[in-house]
Amino acid sequence: MSTLFKKSSPGREGVWPEAPSQELGELLPEGLLREKPAGMPSLSELDVVRHFSLLSRKNFGVDSNFYPLGSCTMKYNPKFCEDIAGLPGFARLHPLLPQLPRGDELTQGALEVMYETERWLCEITGMAEYTLHPMAGAHGELTGVLTIAAYHADKGNKKTKIICPDSAHGTNPASAAIAGYEVVSIASKDGIVDPDALAEVLDDEVAAMMMTCPNTLGLFEKNLPRIVEMLRSVDALLYYDGANLNAIMGKMRVGDAGFDVVHVNLHKTFGTPHGGGGPGSGPVGVCEKLVPYLPISRVVKDPSGRFHLRYDYPKSIGYVAPFYGNFGVVLKAYAYMLRLGREGLIKVSENAVLAANYLRKLLDDVLEVPYDRVCMHEFVASADKQSQKGVRALDIAKALLDKGYHAPTIYFPLIVKECLMFEPTETESKETLDQFVTDLREILALAESDPAAVQAAPVTTPVGRLDETRAARNMEITDDM
Amino acid sequence: MPYVPHTPEDTRAMLGAIGAGSVEELFAEIPLALRPKSFDLPGGLSEMATRQRIEDLAARNSNGMVSFLGAGFYDHYVPSAVDALISRGEFYTAYTPYQPEASQGTLQAIFEYQTAVARLMGMECANASVYDGGTALYEAMMMAVRQTKRVKVIVSETVSPIYRILLDTYTRNLKLTLVTVPHAKGGTDFAAMQAALDDATACVVVQNPNFFGCVEDASALFAAAKAKGALAIVSAYPVLQSVLKTPAAMGADIAVAEGQSLGLPLFFGGPYLGVMTSTKPLVRQMPGRIVGRTQDGQGRTGYVLTLQAREQHIRRQKATSNICSNQALCALRSLIHLSLLGEEGLARTARVSMENARYAAKKLTAIKGVELLSDKPFGNEFAITLPRSAQDVCLTLIEKGFVPGFPLGRYYQGMDNALLVCCTEKNSRRDIDILAAWMEDAI
Repeated sequence: MSTLFKKSSPGREGVWPEAPSQELGELLPEGLLREKPAGMPSLSELDVVRHFSLLSRKNFGVDSNFYPLGSCTMKYNPKFCEDIAGLPGFARLHPLLPQLPRGDELTQGALEVMYETERWLCEITGMAEYTLHPMAGAHGELTGVLTIAAYHADKGNKKTKIICPDSAHGTNPASAAIAGYEVVSIASKDGIVDPDALAEVLDDEVAAMMMTCPNTLGLFEKNLPRIVEMLRSVDALLYYDGANLNAIMGKMRVGDAGFDVVHVNLHKTFGTPHGGGGPGSGPVGVCEKLVPYLPISRVVKDPSGRFHLRYDYPKSIGYVAPFYGNFGVVLKAYAYMLRLGREGLIKVSENAVLAANYLRKLLDDVLEVPYDRVCMHEFVASADKQSQKGVRALDIAKALLDKGYHAPTIYFPLIVKECLMFEPTETESKETLDQFVTDLREILALAESDPAAVQAAPVTTPVGRLDETRAARNMEITDDM
Repeated sequence: MPYVPHTPEDTRAMLGAIGAGSVEELFAEIPLALRPKSFDLPGGLSEMATRQRIEDLAARNSNGMVSFLGAGFYDHYVPSAVDALISRGEFYTAYTPYQPEASQGTLQAIFEYQTAVARLMGMECANASVYDGGTALYEAMMMAVRQTKRVKVIVSETVSPIYRILLDTYTRNLKLTLVTVPHAKGGTDFAAMQAALDDATACVVVQNPNFFGCVEDASALFAAAKAKGALAIVSAYPVLQSVLKTPAAMGADIAVAEGQSLGLPLFFGGPYLGVMTSTKPLVRQMPGRIVGRTQDGQGRTGYVLTLQAREQHIRRQKATSNICSNQALCALRSLIHLSLLGEEGLARTARVSMENARYAAKKLTAIKGVELLSDKPFGNEFAITLPRSAQDVCLTLIEKGFVPGFPLGRYYQGMDNALLVCCTEKNSRRDIDILAAWMEDAI
C-alpha cells in the first residue's frame, strides 16, 4: 500500500483553516523563514480517512485478535474508559493552570483523580506514597532508581551498583545504567533468584536489587523473605518491577513483602490500551523512608477536602516529567479501578492465574514446559524439541499469525531455549483458550509431518516474513531515502 | 464480574483440567506471612455510576475559560477525523509491533510519521517518538554526550525552564556539567553561549521560538559549535516549524519538539509526544524505536522495527536508552492531523496564530505601562512587562474567566512583572479585545 506522501496531489486539502490576511513576509523577516515547503501530504479528508482505515486493517489488536503475549498483559480495554477520557473537562485542561494564582481551584476534579488514584495504588501495593509522573514502565524504573540514589546520597552511603537477575526485563539494567550505576547480573536457579548467587555479589556498594515477582517465567520468587533480609543487612533497597502485578492483586502486597520501591504499568494491570506501543504510564510507589525524594509536584488533600499541588520538597529528585505524567492514561486506569472495585481486582488476578494454568496444562504434553509447576499469570514453554526438526519458536509464532492469533513472546527470557511465553489474561473465555489450543496443536502436528509448511508461515498476512537484515543495512527510514 | 468471562462451570472445568481443587490453591506458593495486611478498597460501581462519578469530577475543573496560556503547550483546533480514526480498535488495542506481519498498520504509520517530522525539521532521520518534548531534549543531550564522549552541555536560559529542571534531575548522578547561559532581555545570548564553548563541550542547546516567544537564528552559534567539535541541538515548536527556518538550515545535528500541538489534546499534561530527528550519522545514537522499509520473500514492500541492536531488550545496560515504548498512538494522532491539514493548512494555522499574536501584542502594549519584553521578532507568543505583579493581574483576570498568560516570575528571578501571552488560531479578535479591556482595568 503506497504511502500518504505518494498519494499526495498538490492543491488538495483535507481541512481548510481560515485564511490569514497577511503575507508571511509581513509577519517575520525573510531570514527567519523556511526556504522551501515542508512537504506535508496534500490529500482530501476522504483520502486520509480511507488511508488510515485501510492501514488499521493490517493490524492485530486485542479487539480483533487473541494476544497471549507474555509479560505484556494484553487484556481487553473497556470502551467506556476511552469515552470518558475524552470529556472536555479533562481533555482541554492546560497543565500550567495549577501554577497560576489560585490555579488549584481551577483543576479540583483533575487533582482529585490524581489523589484518589495514588490512594488506590498505595492500598493495592502496600506502599506509603505514589507519584504518577513516570510516563511509561521504563520511565518508572528510572524514576525509582533516581529516588534510590537520592536516598543513599542523603544518608551519605557510597553506593555504585545495582543487581539485576538474568531473568530481568532489559529495561531494568538499562534504567540502572543511565542513572549512573554499574549493573551486576546474577544467575537464576530453578527459574528463580538464587540467594547464594546474591550472597556472592552483595556488598556495601550495592544500592538496590531490581526484581519482578512473579518473575518472567511466571514463577513466584519463593526466597523473597531471605532476599529482603540479605539486602537490608547492607542498607540496599529492593525494587519491584510491576510488569507482572496482574497476577497478585489481593494475594500479596509488594510493600508488605518488603519491597521499597515499586512501579506499576497502568497499561497492563489496569487495562489502558497499549496503542501500538504507547503511550503507557508507570506510577512509582515508595515506602515511608523514600517519600521525601519523590519527584515534584505532589498532590495533597487539605483538612477541608480541597486538593493542592505542592512543590516545596527540598529533598525531591525534581521533575521527571514536565507535569503530572500521562494524566489521560491515569484517568482511564482510575475509571477501571472504580468500576472493578476491591472484589473485581482480586477476581482479575485469580482469573488471570486460572487461565494461565489452564493453558499450561493443555499444552504441556506437546510443548516442553521447563518449569512445569503451578505458574502465576504466565508461563514459559520451550520449542527445543521442535527446533531439532527445524521448526523454531519463531516459526510456530508465525504459524499462529495465520490462525488469527498474535504470537506469544518469543526468545525471552534468554535463559530458556526456543522459548514461547504465554499470558492469556483474565479476559479471554474458555472457548477462546480451547480453540487456541486446538489450533496450536495442529501447528505442532504439522511441524512433525511437514516442517516446511510451518517454516513458510505466515501466508495470510499482508506481507510474509520480512528481510530485517536488508532493513538495517539499507536503512530506509523515511519516504525520501 | 465485568470483563472476566469465566462462568462458575468454566472455572470448575478449568480447575479440573489443572488438577486443582480451588482457585486459591493456585496461590499456595505465596506464604501466609506475605499475604496482604489489608486490601481496603471500595466495592465496584456499575458502568453508569462510574461514568457519573467521572463526569462530576470533570465538571469540577474550570471549563470554558478564555485562555492565552501557552508556554510550550498549545490549544490548536483538532479536526474530527483525527478522533474518529484513532478510535479504531486495531490501532489502539495493538501492541508494540514485534510481529511485523501482523502489525503493518502500526509500522507503516510510524514510517510515515518519521517521514513527516523529519521533513518538518529538514532532518534526515526520526525515531518513533519518546514520551514528550522534555525527555526528547534529554535524550538528544545524551546522544551528543555519547557521540562526542564529552561531558559539558551548554544550555540557553531561553530553553523552557520546565525542560531545564528535567535535565537537572536526569543528570544529577552523572559526570556531566550543565552550563546555563542567562537570557538577554528575552533573547538567547548567542555571544555568551559561543564564549562558553570549549573542547570539552558535547553540545549547545537552544529553543526556537525560545521560551519567551522570540524567533531566532542560531546558525552562527551552531557553526562555532561545529568548529569546536560540539553538536547543535534545537528544541522546536512543530506548528510554527511549517514556516520557520528549519533546524537543518541552521546546521542543527539534532532537532526535537513537543508534538502535542500536532493534534493532541492538552489533557492536563499528557500523554504527549516527543518528536526526535537527527542527521544520518547520528542515527545509531538515537534512542527508542525506529521503523525501516524492506521487502518480504516475494518482493512485497513491508515495514519492520530496525536497528534494534541499540535497544534495551538486546543490549541491556549497554543500550542507548531504557526506552521500551514508542508512543505510537500519539505519533499516529499527529500524523493524521498533519495529513488533514496538509502543507497549506499547517502553514495557515501558523500564520493565523501569529497574526492573532500580533493583534494581541498591539492591543496590550497600547495599555499604559505595558511593554514588550523583547524587541526581537516573535511567533505566536510574546512576553510583556506590566507595571505591577503579573501574578496579581492574572488573579484578577482569572476571576473574570480569562487566563491572560503565564507569569514568568514562576521560573525567572526578577521577572515578577512579566507575562507570557500566547495566541493560536482559536483566539478570536473579540476575545483579544476583551482581554485588553480587562487587563487595562486590572492595571
